[in-house]
Amino acid sequence: MPSTGADPKAVPTELESGSAGTDRATSQAGTVAAPGRGFSGQGPRPRGVPAWVWALPPVAVLALVFLYPLALVVQQSFTTDSGDVSLAPYGDVFASEAFRSALGTTVWLALGATAGCLVLGFALALVIAFVPFPGGKAVAKFIDVFLSFPSFLITLALLFVYGSVGMANGMWTGVTGASEGPFDFLTTPWGVLLAEITYFTPFVMRPLLAAFSQIDTSQLEVASSLGARTGRIVRQVILPEALPALAAGGSLVLVLCLNEFGIVLFTGAKGVTTLPMLVYSKAILESDYPAACVVAVVNVAISVGLYGIYRVVSRRAGA
Amino acid sequence: MLVHSRAGRWATWAGFLLLFVPLFAVPLLVIVAASFSTNWSGVFPSGPTVANYGAAVRGESLQALTTSLVTAVAASVFALLFGSWAALAAAALRKRGKRALDALFMLPVAVPSVVVGLAVLVAFSRPPFLLNGTPWIVVLAHTVLVTAFAHQSVSAAIVRLDPVYEQAAASLGARPAYVLWRVRLPLLLPSLNAAAGLCFALSMGELSATMMLYPPDWMPLPVQIFTATDRGSLFTGSAVAVVLMGTTLLVLLAVSRLRTRASFR
Repeated sequence: MPSTGADPKAVPTELESGSAGTDRATSQAGTVAAPGRGFSGQGPRPRGVPAWVWALPPVAVLALVFLYPLALVVQQSFTTDSGDVSLAPYGDVFASEAFRSALGTTVWLALGATAGCLVLGFALALVIAFVPFPGGKAVAKFIDVFLSFPSFLITLALLFVYGSVGMANGMWTGVTGASEGPFDFLTTPWGVLLAEITYFTPFVMRPLLAAFSQIDTSQLEVASSLGARTGRIVRQVILPEALPALAAGGSLVLVLCLNEFGIVLFTGAKGVTTLPMLVYSKAILESDYPAACVVAVVNVAISVGLYGIYRVVSRRAGA
Repeated sequence: MLVHSRAGRWATWAGFLLLFVPLFAVPLLVIVAASFSTNWSGVFPSGPTVANYGAAVRGESLQALTTSLVTAVAASVFALLFGSWAALAAAALRKRGKRALDALFMLPVAVPSVVVGLAVLVAFSRPPFLLNGTPWIVVLAHTVLVTAFAHQSVSAAIVRLDPVYEQAAASLGARPAYVLWRVRLPLLLPSLNAAAGLCFALSMGELSATMMLYPPDWMPLPVQIFTATDRGSLFTGSAVAVVLMGTTLLVLLAVSRLRTRASFR
């Protein structure tokens, strides 16, 4: 077997290429650098570079535009203004009240929004999938369109709905004759929570709808003919099937909520500061780059850790 | 069918509408309604006008629209190029290498976009790469953010690809480059198309990283919407937002028409 390169990893062993064709991993392994490896017995084998060489250019580009900048952020987070390497920036940031409250706000907002999205998304997906109505397809399409819009539009819309002179307050003053309405939560964390739940619920509904379409409806019919009520069917038949999709969607939403910036920026509230908002205000408004880099490193550590869990969970779920 | 009684079904649907309409339909409708009005102090907006659109397609806003379009197209092209290259290269690797490459290219999704913006700003404001103040820094940040989605969608399609076609081509003596160009890429065209639409939509609406690094003469639409609403001109901001949504939808529609054509070929 002529070796195509120095790296033995890139070359399938004789044994593997012998069983080729049906084995997807093997046929994939032979496709870019040397197609036809599956037919090891036939014809002259093209002498190409090993497969891993083809992976180098995109990895090099990614390293230049993403990994190198991230490394610089980490390096800067350990550098004081005078240029010494020390842990002082971390000490300063961790000691500051602004950072602690931002960390707390970020975590509880993300957890709250995730819980809300899971409950709401499960309920809505349940109706679309199992209590079908005319126009259900259109609703599913609408959700796809919703996902392609930027998040800050939701906050902009909420300003008109619940703002100080918006729809809800206008309705209240029109009906009761009061001078101002009771809705005044947009500049509090609750406004951010509402916007995040609205924007991220479709991210939970999509995998759920996919999972629900796999459930055999005859299972539900059997359960109900055996006398199970709706609540019990949902709990004991549908929920176990939906758990992987719920876990995958929920952890994705958790990461996205931790990283959300547009919604918080458009809220424009001084009282709501999350970690991404703190990075922005330290770097752009205060030009305090070391502190911004420290907050950024903390935010990345939390998000990437959670994202790793998401990858594991969604691979188990097969999503 | 989960609910069998007629009354129960209607109650369920009513509950669905009660949740769905205020949460998802009303926000988008409200923006459209606000873009056509001058004042909103009651249940419904008042002072119907199209003047907001006059402001939204002229001067600064028009420039922001072209800025966004150019940025989104450039970022999508680069993202498709590198994302699908990486996906094709990953498919040729063994299991562990493929997993590592996939994880590497999905990493930008997990990193907050604000931090991507900060990192790009820090890295490209110093020699040897001085891009700060040029449009390229915005394009670069958008490319970093959307490449992951191009990579994900193309590598999902590669897994579903039937290896018979390329094996047949190769057994007939086609060279690897020929197989890639004439067999694999045409088969991947629908998913490349979908990835292009996704990348474009994401880049059009990108705000977080852009806020960190946009130069004053390269201000994309989302930033324009933010500065308008921050000044208090909510109604002009809504008109610009409708222009943003409309442009995104038009391009997505055009891309999906192309896709059905491609899959019929």
